[in-house]
Amino acid sequence: MTFIHVALLGMLIVCALAVSLTRNLLTSLIVYMAYSLIMAVIWMFLESPDLAITEAAVGAGITSVLFFVTLKKIHAIKGDSDEQAQK
Amino acid sequence: MSKRRSDWESRPQARFRKWYKEGFLALDNEIIDHLTRTTELPENIEDRLIAQQEEMTSRQHERTLALERLDQYNMLAWARTRGRKAISRLYVILALALGAMMIFFLLETVALMPRFGDPATPGANIVSERYITKGLEETGATNIVAGMILDYRAFDTLGESTVLFIAASAVLILLRIDRNKDGSPVQELIAAESDDRHYEPRNDRILQGSAMILTPIIFLYGIYIILNGHLSPGGGFSGGAIISAGLILYLDAFGFDKAGRFFTYKTFTWVSFFSLSFYALAKAYSFYCGANNLPSGIPLGTPGAILSGGLIMPLNIAVGMVVACTMYIFYALFRKGGL
Amino acid sequence: MWQLLYENLEQTVAVILFGIGFSILLLQRNLIRKIIGLNIMDTAVYLFLASMGYISGRKAPIVVDGVTQTTAYINPIPAGLVLTGIVVSVSFTGIMLALTIRLYRRYHTLDIDEIAMLARGEDA
Repeated sequence: MTFIHVALLGMLIVCALAVSLTRNLLTSLIVYMAYSLIMAVIWMFLESPDLAITEAAVGAGITSVLFFVTLKKIHAIKGDSDEQAQK
Repeated sequence: MSKRRSDWESRPQARFRKWYKEGFLALDNEIIDHLTRTTELPENIEDRLIAQQEEMTSRQHERTLALERLDQYNMLAWARTRGRKAISRLYVILALALGAMMIFFLLETVALMPRFGDPATPGANIVSERYITKGLEETGATNIVAGMILDYRAFDTLGESTVLFIAASAVLILLRIDRNKDGSPVQELIAAESDDRHYEPRNDRILQGSAMILTPIIFLYGIYIILNGHLSPGGGFSGGAIISAGLILYLDAFGFDKAGRFFTYKTFTWVSFFSLSFYALAKAYSFYCGANNLPSGIPLGTPGAILSGGLIMPLNIAVGMVVACTMYIFYALFRKGGL
Repeated sequence: MWQLLYENLEQTVAVILFGIGFSILLLQRNLIRKIIGLNIMDTAVYLFLASMGYISGRKAPIVVDGVTQTTAYINPIPAGLVLTGIVVSVSFTGIMLALTIRLYRRYHTLDIDEIAMLARGEDA
């Protein structure tokens, strides 16, 4: 249990809290992306490289892309006129 | 706090409350008007006085009734505004308490779990021992996890690919926008297309140039991961996701017209159908004659070579194709409602 | 108890993440945030499973130089289970986001209370 391992686990909790506490939806999505990447690194620490590759490609890549397209569809990305969805 | 308040005021209940208040103010005025209305001096004053007295009492009665009703309105208004707020606050507190309690009891359980990294955990039992010691010999795959999910537990993975296919079908049902029968686009599709290209430049030089360089590399990497699934970390799922990322990049850079040249609904249908049915048939054959270490006639090859592991590599390719098509069609449907 | 929790730090963090995700699911009214909370709960469960399979001092389950002793590799079963779980979580995230887009097209809001109220108004 090295220092960096403990620090990564702490960052996971911080990211999870930040997802719910940030005001902007786009910010919370980017934080969630960072959460997935940290998870991938932790799986390398746990000696599961299969999971690390899958999480990095699927969790941080595809899922986030789907979330971003959804945000664009509901006009929540900054610069859009519709303020309703940003709450 | 003020933002919270403005949020609150723009909500329907608040608007309802305002409307309601104005309504009962008008009622109040009406009552006061009613009570203070002067009557002309009568001729036969005694009769009139008696009548007036009766009228007064009846008005008194009316007034008390009205006040009672007002109280009821106030109660209702309270229930609709402050009460709702109080209940929502109570809900927040109770939800937080529930979450904290859940964490606390689960932590108590975690403290009783076997130690992290202990070789004698109950999880490392005879099953995993068998997978590790006999896995290479029986499946021919160097990557024990790949051998496990595509040989010992291949039925599970078939179900998983089917889940992906069903998810793609569900999203297709939810988001697809059809054209008219004569092929002309419907109003919704035109709106979706204009919305789609609203904030994006057409034919961006930098994006197209980098996509030209990156897409082949991403494809190559995905194919490498799929083909080496039985030798090194990776496999159908991660490789398929990487290939779909390359497809998405291509679509973003060059638009739907160019991507539609090689990927249509027909491609999706046929690729999914052939991959899933190939998977099912291959595993059916394997179950029919190869289960329990009976000879199946499929050579396992030398461990570590690219052509080894029996059926694992073709199955990885099938799974990868299903995953890539599914992820790509998710993206296309989310963006425009079609391919 | 703190000593025990620190020794099982992975599982402790997984449980806390599960609780945080559950609270997000209960407290946030925005549908997108709810979906993220569900994903966090998912990953917490995966972290728990993967940490159960880890054995200190051993390597990832990829056979090197033909060594097939149990003492050389970690438990491969949790990895296989979690691999299945990740892909399933992506599919349900896709379906839920599609449903969110449909709800937004109809009601022009993401607030679940408002959607419920508007839907009730439609029924009446």
